Amino acid sequence: MRDVEQKMIERAAALLQNGEVARVVGWKKGEFYFDPAPAVFETVDELKDFVYNGFCGANLSKYLIKVSKNEGKTAIFMKPCDSYSFNQLVKEHRVDREKIYVIAVECQGKLDIEKIKANGVTAVTNVEENGDKVTVSSLYGETVLDKADVMLGKCLTCKGKTHQAKDEDIILHEMPAPANNRFDEVAKLEAMTEDERFAFWKEQLQKCIRCNACRNVCPACSCLKCVFDNPSSGVAAKANDDRFEEQLFHVIRAFHVSGRCTDCGECSRVCPQNIPLHLLNRKFIKDIDGFYGEYQAGETAEGKTPLTSYKEEDLEVSDVFKGEGK
Amino acid sequence: MQDVTTGNKEFKPNIVAFCCNWCSYAGADLAGSSRLTYPANVKIIRVPCSCRVNPMFVLKAFQQGADGVILCGCHPGDCHYVTGNYYTRRRMALLFSFLNYMGIEKERTRVEWVSAAEGAKFSAVMNDFVKTVTELGENKRLTDLRVKEGK
Amino acid sequence: MQRIGVFICWCGSNIAATVDVKKVAETIKAEPGVVYSENYQYMCSENGQQLIKNAIKEHNLTAIVVGACSPRMHEATFRKAAEAAGLNPYMVEIANIREHCSWIHKDMDEATEKAVVLVRTAIAKVKLNAPLMSGESPVVKRALVIGGGIAGIQAALDIADAGFEVDIVEKNATIGGRMAQLDKTFPTLDCSACILTPKMVDCAQHEKIDILSYSEVEEVKGFVGNFNVKIRRKARYVDETKCTGCKICMEKCPSKKGLNDFNMGLNTRPAIYIPFAQAIPNVAVIDPEQCIKMKTGKCGICQKFCGVGAIDYTQKDEFIDRQYGAIVVATGFKPIALDNFNEYGYADNKDVITSLELERLMNAAGPSDGVLVRPSDGKHPKVITFIQCVGSRDTSGCGKPYCSKICCMYTAKHAMLIREKYPDTEVHVFYIDVRTPGKNYDEFYRRAAEQYGVDYIKGMVGKVYNVNGKLMVQGSNLIDNEQITIESDLVVLATAIEPEPSVRKIATLLTASIDTNNFLTESHAKLRPVESPTAGVYLAGVCQGPKDIPETVSQASACAAKVIGLLVKDKLKTNACVATPDEMMCNGCSQCANVCAYGAITYVEKEFRLGGGKTEVRRVVSVNPAVCQGCGACTVTCPSGAMDLKGFSSKQIMSEVEAICKM
Repeated sequence: MRDVEQKMIERAAALLQNGEVARVVGWKKGEFYFDPAPAVFETVDELKDFVYNGFCGANLSKYLIKVSKNEGKTAIFMKPCDSYSFNQLVKEHRVDREKIYVIAVECQGKLDIEKIKANGVTAVTNVEENGDKVTVSSLYGETVLDKADVMLGKCLTCKGKTHQAKDEDIILHEMPAPANNRFDEVAKLEAMTEDERFAFWKEQLQKCIRCNACRNVCPACSCLKCVFDNPSSGVAAKANDDRFEEQLFHVIRAFHVSGRCTDCGECSRVCPQNIPLHLLNRKFIKDIDGFYGEYQAGETAEGKTPLTSYKEEDLEVSDVFKGEGK
Repeated sequence: MQDVTTGNKEFKPNIVAFCCNWCSYAGADLAGSSRLTYPANVKIIRVPCSCRVNPMFVLKAFQQGADGVILCGCHPGDCHYVTGNYYTRRRMALLFSFLNYMGIEKERTRVEWVSAAEGAKFSAVMNDFVKTVTELGENKRLTDLRVKEGK
Repeated sequence: MQRIGVFICWCGSNIAATVDVKKVAETIKAEPGVVYSENYQYMCSENGQQLIKNAIKEHNLTAIVVGACSPRMHEATFRKAAEAAGLNPYMVEIANIREHCSWIHKDMDEATEKAVVLVRTAIAKVKLNAPLMSGESPVVKRALVIGGGIAGIQAALDIADAGFEVDIVEKNATIGGRMAQLDKTFPTLDCSACILTPKMVDCAQHEKIDILSYSEVEEVKGFVGNFNVKIRRKARYVDETKCTGCKICMEKCPSKKGLNDFNMGLNTRPAIYIPFAQAIPNVAVIDPEQCIKMKTGKCGICQKFCGVGAIDYTQKDEFIDRQYGAIVVATGFKPIALDNFNEYGYADNKDVITSLELERLMNAAGPSDGVLVRPSDGKHPKVITFIQCVGSRDTSGCGKPYCSKICCMYTAKHAMLIREKYPDTEVHVFYIDVRTPGKNYDEFYRRAAEQYGVDYIKGMVGKVYNVNGKLMVQGSNLIDNEQITIESDLVVLATAIEPEPSVRKIATLLTASIDTNNFLTESHAKLRPVESPTAGVYLAGVCQGPKDIPETVSQASACAAKVIGLLVKDKLKTNACVATPDEMMCNGCSQCANVCAYGAITYVEKEFRLGGGKTEVRRVVSVNPAVCQGCGACTVTCPSGAMDLKGFSSKQIMSEVEAICKM
C-alpha cells in the first residue's frame, strides 16, 4: 500500500505543480494512524500530510459538489465504489465532469478500527496488509488478524473492483474479486415474518439519535435543502409536531435515494449507533432489480433512473407480494 | 352490497383513499350516483393524478392514525396525463414492498385502477379494502415505529 | 388568517335526506377560521349563488367551502360565483357530501359525521389556498402540417381557407402521399387521381399555403401557440425556382435503372426524375446514389440539356427556422414488410404481389399502363386469389395485432374491378371475417360477392407455392370444412398497414406519445380524438390509427377546426394549477424533467447572490406554465420538495390527510 500512496503523492504533486489542476481531493493524516480524514490539497507543500492507507474508507465524491465550484480543475482519488457515486452526481448535474480529473486508485478492501479494537487491539500505530491477513502494530506490540474479521461492513459485500469513471489510474496490485453477496442480508430479513421484521427494525431504528450523519455523508443525499428542513413540504413541522419526521425519516430517506443510491455503504459506516442503514437502501435496490430488471446506479453518468422511467408491462402493485411467499 | 360484518365490531378502521380526478374520483362519483354503498370510514382526497401522491402523504396518513391507505388511478395506458400512473405504479410497488420489509402489514396498502365507468368496481374495492383492514385491526406499527422504550 | 365561509347544500333531499345539513352547518361554525356557516336547499341555484355572493361581501370572506355535490359537477359554478363577488376563484373548495356521502350511506348519524369530516377536510385545505391566476401566452398565427398526403392536404386547405398561413412539410419530392398511388377509391370507384390531384393543385396555388417538399422536421422547441421548428430542406440538386418540369432531363439521363418507388418498385426510373406526372411541385429531383455525375464526377448530361439551368450538383441540405402556433401530424402509413410471412412466397414469386402493387398495376399511369398483367411474364392472369389479413389481427408476433381496417373494402374493390374489366377472370378471396361497416360499404362488398361473382372463401391460407409457373394457394374452407388448393396465376396479399416509421422521430420531437404499434396517441380516445396529449399538436390520418380516405379527410378537417379555433385566439389562457418550483431549493438534478410527459420542464443557468457580494451560477429548473398540465408527477420525483403544484400543494394535501385522520 505504501507504494500506492507514494505514487499518489507524486501524481498529485505533478498535477498541482504543472497547473493542470487547482486542487486535489484525497485523505490526510488524522490525529492517529487509523483516522485519516478527507481533505483538499491546494499546494505541493500540503501534500506532506497526504495519506492512503487501510483506513481511507471514506467516499470522497460528495465533496466535489462544493469543491468543484471553485475556479480550475479538481483532481480526485477514487476507489472503485466511489466512482459509482461520482457518476451519479455527474448524471444529476451536481458535478461538472469537465472540471474533474479522476485518478482511479486500487482498493484492497478497507478496515474498520472498531472491529480491530473489538479484537483486543488498541492504540494502533500501523497496519500492514498481506493478502487475507493484517499485521496490526500498536503501542503494545504486533498482532496478526484475519482481514475478513476487521474489514468495513461495506467492503465485505464489495460490488466490484472496476472503476466506472477514470482519467488515469494507479493500480499496482491485483484487487480481490467482488463478493457478489450483498443481497444475502436483505434476503434473510425478507424470509422473516412481518412481526419479526417489525421487531428487528423497531430495535434498530429506535437507536437513532437523528444526528443526520447518514444524510450528511450520503452522496445521493445532496439536496441544497433537505425536504425535512423544507417548511413547504409538510414534513418539517418541527415546532408543533416532530413525530412524523422522527419516525419516518429513514423511510423517506431510503425512498428519496432509491434508484439513485449506488450502495456505497457510507450511511452504515458513519452511523454512530451502528444501525444497518444500508439494508434499507439495499431492499430498494433488490426490488428494483427484481421488478424492473437489473440496474446499478452510477454505472454510467447518463440515462434515467428506474423511478423516472417505466414500461407499459411493468409489474402491477397488486402482484408485488405474489412472489416467493412474501 | 355487502356490509362489513366480520372482525371486531368495535373497530372501525379509518381509510384514506387518494383518487385521481379524471378516472377514480369520477368512478367514486358514479358509485355515488348509482347508490352503491361502501362504509363511511373511507374518505377520499382528490388529486389531479395518482402520480401526485407522494409517499410522504401515505406515511403521513399512517402516522396520523389511518389504518389503511389506498391509491386509485386511471388504468395503465388510460392516464389523463399520458404516463402519470406508470410512475405511480413503480413508486408504490417499491414503497409498499419496502414498508412490508419494515414489518408493516402488506394488507394496509393498496393501489387499484378504477376508471370513470367503474362505479361498481370502486364500491367493491372499498368494501373489500375496509373488510381486509378491519380484519387486520388497528394500525399500530406506523404510528410508533421508533417509540423509545418506556415512552 | 383566512375568513372562511361554509355553505352546506341540501340538494333538495339528495343530501338532506341522509345528512343532517343543519347540524353540519352548526358544527362547522365552531371550526377555527370559520366566520360564517349556512345551509340552503339548492346552493347551485340562482338564489343559492346569490346567498354565497352576499355572504362573501358582507362577511369579508377570504375563502369559501361549499359542501355539495361532486366538484366535477359544480366547482366551476361556485368558482364563478365567488369571482363575481370579488374573490379569487381558486379560493373555493368543494366538500363532496353527495356522491361521496349522502348517496352511499344509509345511516344518518354516520353520514352526518362523515359530512362533517369532509367539510373539515375542505376547510383544512382552503386555509392553505392561495389566489391563483391563469397566465397568458401569445399565439403565432401560422400552422405546420407534417406530411403531405390527403390528410395533410385537407387539413392545410381548411386552415388556409380560414385565412391562416400553413406550411406543409413533406419528406418526399411531391405531395400526394399514398392516395396518389391508388387507382380507384371505394365505395364509389372514382379515380383517385381525379379527386386528389385537384386538391394538390389547390394547395400549390393557395396564397396561404407554402409547400416544403423534400423536407423534414429536424427540431421542435416551444409549446402551444409558440412552436419553433427547424426544417431540413434536403438537397434535391435541382433549383426548385428554376425547374419547369419539362422532363427533358428524365429522357436524357443515361442512368435509368433506379427502382421506381412510386410504382412500388415494379419498374424503373432515371436518376433524375419527377415521381409522377401530376407531382406537386412539378420539379425534378436527383437520386445521388444513382446519379453517375455525383458518383463518378463524369456525365452532367442533364445539366447540359436543362434549358433553364436548374441542375445544381453541389446543392447542400439547408435549414430553415419557422414559428408556428399549431402543428398537425399527418405522417401516414406504409404496408408492413413481409419478411415474417414466407408461407405466402412473396419473396420468391414475382406473381405474389401486395395490394398496393396491384393498385399500380391497374392504374392507367402505372408500369403496365393500366393493363392487368403478371409481373413475371406480362401475361393476363386468369385466376387471381386474394388473401386477406396478411399480418393484420395477428397475435403470433409476426404481424400486427390490430385490424388494418381498409383491406376488406379495397379487396372487394379490386375483385370487382377485375371482374368488370376482365370478366373471364376467376377471382377468389380468402378471408377471416369480412368487416365492412360504413355508409354504402356493406352494399359494396355484397355487390362484389353477389353481382360480380367473386368467390369469397372463409378460411386462412397456409401456403403458397410454385408448381411449373402456377401458384398453388393452399388453404382451408371453413364453411365446407375442407382443405382446398387453388391453382392461381396471380396472388394478391392484403398486407397490413403500419405507421410510417419516421413518425417515431416526430413523436419524440413533439413529446407526443406513441402506442406499442407506433400509432400516435390521442388525448382522449372518444372525446378528444384528434388532439395529441401535447397541447397544440393535432393528429390526422393513419398516424393515429388505421382508417380509410373518408375518415382521414374527416379527421383532417376536424384537426383544421381545432387549429383554427386555436389560431383565431390572440392569447392563450394557461392552466392555473401548474407545477411551481422553488429555485432556491432546486438541485438541478433533472429528475423532474425526466417524468414530464409534456416537456414543460427545462433547466437554466442562473446567477444567485451569496453573502459578501459573491455570486454563484447554478443550474435550476424552470416550468413553462403554458405547457404544464398540472399532473404533479414532477413533484414526487423531487427529493428536496423544491417542486410543488399550485392548487394541490404538498402542504394542502398533508393537511387534508391530517383532517381526515384526526377524528
